[in-house]
Amino acid sequence: MRRYFGRKILIYLLTFFLAVTIDWLIPRFMPGNPVQNMLSRVAVHPEAVEAMRGYFTRAFGLDVPVWQQYLNFWAALFHGDLGVSVYMFPQRVADIILRAVPYDVALLLPAILLSWLAGNKFGAYAARTKWLDNTVLPLGYTLTATPYMWLGIVLAWVFGIVLDVFPFAGAYSYDLSPHLSWRFVGDVLHHWFLPFASLFLVQFGGWAIGMRNMIIYELEADYSHYLEALGAPRNLIRNYAFRNALLPQLSGLALQLGVIVAGALVTEVVFSYPGIGYLLLAAIQNQDYFLIQGCFLFIIVFVLLANFAIDIIYVLVDPRTRRGMTGETA
Amino acid sequence: MKRWNLALSILVALSLLLAACGQATETPVEPVETEEVAPPEPTQPAPVTPTEVVYERSETLYVSGAAWGPPNDWNPFIAWSKANTTGTIGLVYETLFMYDPMTAEWIPWLAESGEWVDADTYEMTIREGITWSDGEPMTAEDVAFTFELGQQYAALFFSPMWNYLDSITVEGDYGLTLEFTDPLYQEFANNLLNIAIVPEHLWAGRSEEDITGGMNEDPVGSGAYLYETHSEDRNVWIRNESWWATDLLGLTPAPRRIVDIRTSSNNVALGMVIKGELDLSNNYLPGIAELSSRGYVDTYFAEAPFMLSANTAVLFLNTTKPPMDDPAFRRALAFAINTDDIVNIAYAQLVAAASPTGLLPSLSTYVDQDVVDRLGWTYDPAEARRILANAGYVDINNDGFVEAPDGSTIALEVTCPFGWSDWMEAIAVIASSAQEAGINIQNVTPDYGAWNSALTDGTFDMTLNNWANMSNTPWTLYNLLFRHPIQEIMGSGNFGRYDNQEMFDLVDALAAVPSDDVAGMQAVCSDIQELMLTDVPMIPLWYNGLWAQFSSSVWTNWPTEESAAPTLPTTWSGYWQLGGLMTLINLELTPTE
Repeated sequence: MRRYFGRKILIYLLTFFLAVTIDWLIPRFMPGNPVQNMLSRVAVHPEAVEAMRGYFTRAFGLDVPVWQQYLNFWAALFHGDLGVSVYMFPQRVADIILRAVPYDVALLLPAILLSWLAGNKFGAYAARTKWLDNTVLPLGYTLTATPYMWLGIVLAWVFGIVLDVFPFAGAYSYDLSPHLSWRFVGDVLHHWFLPFASLFLVQFGGWAIGMRNMIIYELEADYSHYLEALGAPRNLIRNYAFRNALLPQLSGLALQLGVIVAGALVTEVVFSYPGIGYLLLAAIQNQDYFLIQGCFLFIIVFVLLANFAIDIIYVLVDPRTRRGMTGETA
Repeated sequence: MKRWNLALSILVALSLLLAACGQATETPVEPVETEEVAPPEPTQPAPVTPTEVVYERSETLYVSGAAWGPPNDWNPFIAWSKANTTGTIGLVYETLFMYDPMTAEWIPWLAESGEWVDADTYEMTIREGITWSDGEPMTAEDVAFTFELGQQYAALFFSPMWNYLDSITVEGDYGLTLEFTDPLYQEFANNLLNIAIVPEHLWAGRSEEDITGGMNEDPVGSGAYLYETHSEDRNVWIRNESWWATDLLGLTPAPRRIVDIRTSSNNVALGMVIKGELDLSNNYLPGIAELSSRGYVDTYFAEAPFMLSANTAVLFLNTTKPPMDDPAFRRALAFAINTDDIVNIAYAQLVAAASPTGLLPSLSTYVDQDVVDRLGWTYDPAEARRILANAGYVDINNDGFVEAPDGSTIALEVTCPFGWSDWMEAIAVIASSAQEAGINIQNVTPDYGAWNSALTDGTFDMTLNNWANMSNTPWTLYNLLFRHPIQEIMGSGNFGRYDNQEMFDLVDALAAVPSDDVAGMQAVCSDIQELMLTDVPMIPLWYNGLWAQFSSSVWTNWPTEESAAPTLPTTWSGYWQLGGLMTLINLELTPTE
């Protein structure tokens, strides 16, 4: 058990180190100079601009050699310091990200869990049910093949503009100040629904299709036929098939996490939903090294942690993994 | 199976709960913040009842179009971020003077009066009876303190003023005497309009970092509004019920609350203004001409160009690169560009073509019409071809485009940042009309970052820029066009690196003309225009509009050309003291039937 997790943790740490290094590197390859971008709109005396440029280059730590910037970055990271945003100067990147994270969690967790749960249930139900199979299968394929962003735009257009029943921008109405009341919570949920729905629907299609195929496969497995031959009730066989089919779906979830997070990012952009994705777009457009780094860091940590959680769940639900770890042979 | 299901459903329930709480508990961070950072002054009157969380429509003015990013700071000394908290200078902090560009009139504001008593001495009296929003009185000490910050910290935008400002003496509670050596009158006058005065008692102890780059949360100013709250997509300002100008000048802005929205796209702003959810939109919305004519929205002019002019879009030519180093080529290009198509097609008549001098209509006093008649240009491809031919630019290889006199091919790019849709269409017109006149120019749209570094590093061929806003003086425009000295990085002007000492001397001479000496300014401006129109270092093309579309569904009495004393219908940063605040004061609630 310890060796298994030891190895896993080592791999995760290595991935973290590499991902963060790339994360640091990429924005610095972008053309242009962020401090210059920031100052170019100040129409003042050239002397003042020069003084300001020197001052802010120092303030952002961009006046030292690149290798030293890299070392400083790691040193600061271990102190929980992600630097100061250029685009949202003088706010600290950590504060900005902390403000955005709840919106991401609110979108991602329910969308991932509910779509996985509902998709699997529904897929299992649809398998070998003629009329459902004929209608759900094409629908599921269409949904899972739809890009998140595109579905988001369609939903925004249909429900936001044509039917005008859901707002399609922002996190809550302009005439409200955040407070705890039914009106405000309702308003927040109202704004949350469309971005959530576009994430949910695409994933739902994928899981339903996957589960439907798995169930058909499992029902053809020897143990199913054996149970059938023993005269076991149909429901019992399907329950066993479902449990076996869940395992690949679980590893599928681990594999899909990155794609889902990327989908959430573009969905947020479509709906101007103030999470990490919306922030990241602005950071890239404004060449904000520090904010880009911070956003990616959050994504890296989120994906790694989620993967780790799935690893643990896998051990819990699949006895074979447990036995493999304690040295027993399956 | 059952256990597994249970575990999952608990997880789901938890996550839903988390989602709901995440929303509900995370978002109130802002109002809490306000309470926390409120300065502990005992005199601080509670400005806002914290229970007020749903804004009454009839008390609230919804505006948009100023912010392009989330609110980050309320520090009046961080000059470039003020668009995102547009009210910081103008609503919260105020300037010594205001200026009405419609009438070219200076309006004493925090200062009761100010004048040059001799060439090197400026005397100013601060109004008696002004209080900061924490109840402390404003005195001449506050003004001297604010100015002296510029002496201490080079990173403040007005610090170069101290190159010619020697000392500030405070006389009594409200008098100030400023002593100069060879003052730059124009720049100083511009500073009187742009330096926001801060309270010494709250700023004196701050560090350099705090002053030049601090967030300055919960700002304490002297202005008509107070900071109430903000979030990523909005600023909320609430009226200062004890504003000095209510007592001293009898002025009260009508809306009790201003919600300044950062709309996610222009379409959202358009939808909101048509529905009456947005009272004033200062976004650029293509197609407003049509909507205004049909009465869906109101604009300043009922007919083209619908908008007042705010700044000049100038085509900067990189004079360090051939053939843009040749004045004849530049002049030919000026005749080759079809400005009418830019106005009528790219902008659908929302803008007006610019005078070749580039000066805004509000500064037309300084245009020398004689120079323009002799040396100006209009769209005339035949004339462009003639100038090119005379200067030796002929099509040698018969590809339809001229080659340089030395036989080398000419292939140029005109650029603007990707996504700036109106400019993208404008440079397409520039490229195609130049091609028709035989000049091979292609339109290219790099990302903002790449565009900006090409601009400031001087690696572009030709590009659009408009970074000189409406102002009290033509010097503001010339300071952009002929910024000098030429440096490796030209961050905020003269991007084409036009190097002409004669011109630089003229611009410096203009800066040193007293701002009430109109004839003196006209004389220098006329020399500048003579040289500019002869040499054509850059080509002013059109006036970008002071984009403003408003709805009278809740608030009325918006400024239009028919108003008795029109003010600027804008919330843009830097325009409050040019009449934006007066627009708020003139507003009235639309009577409900």
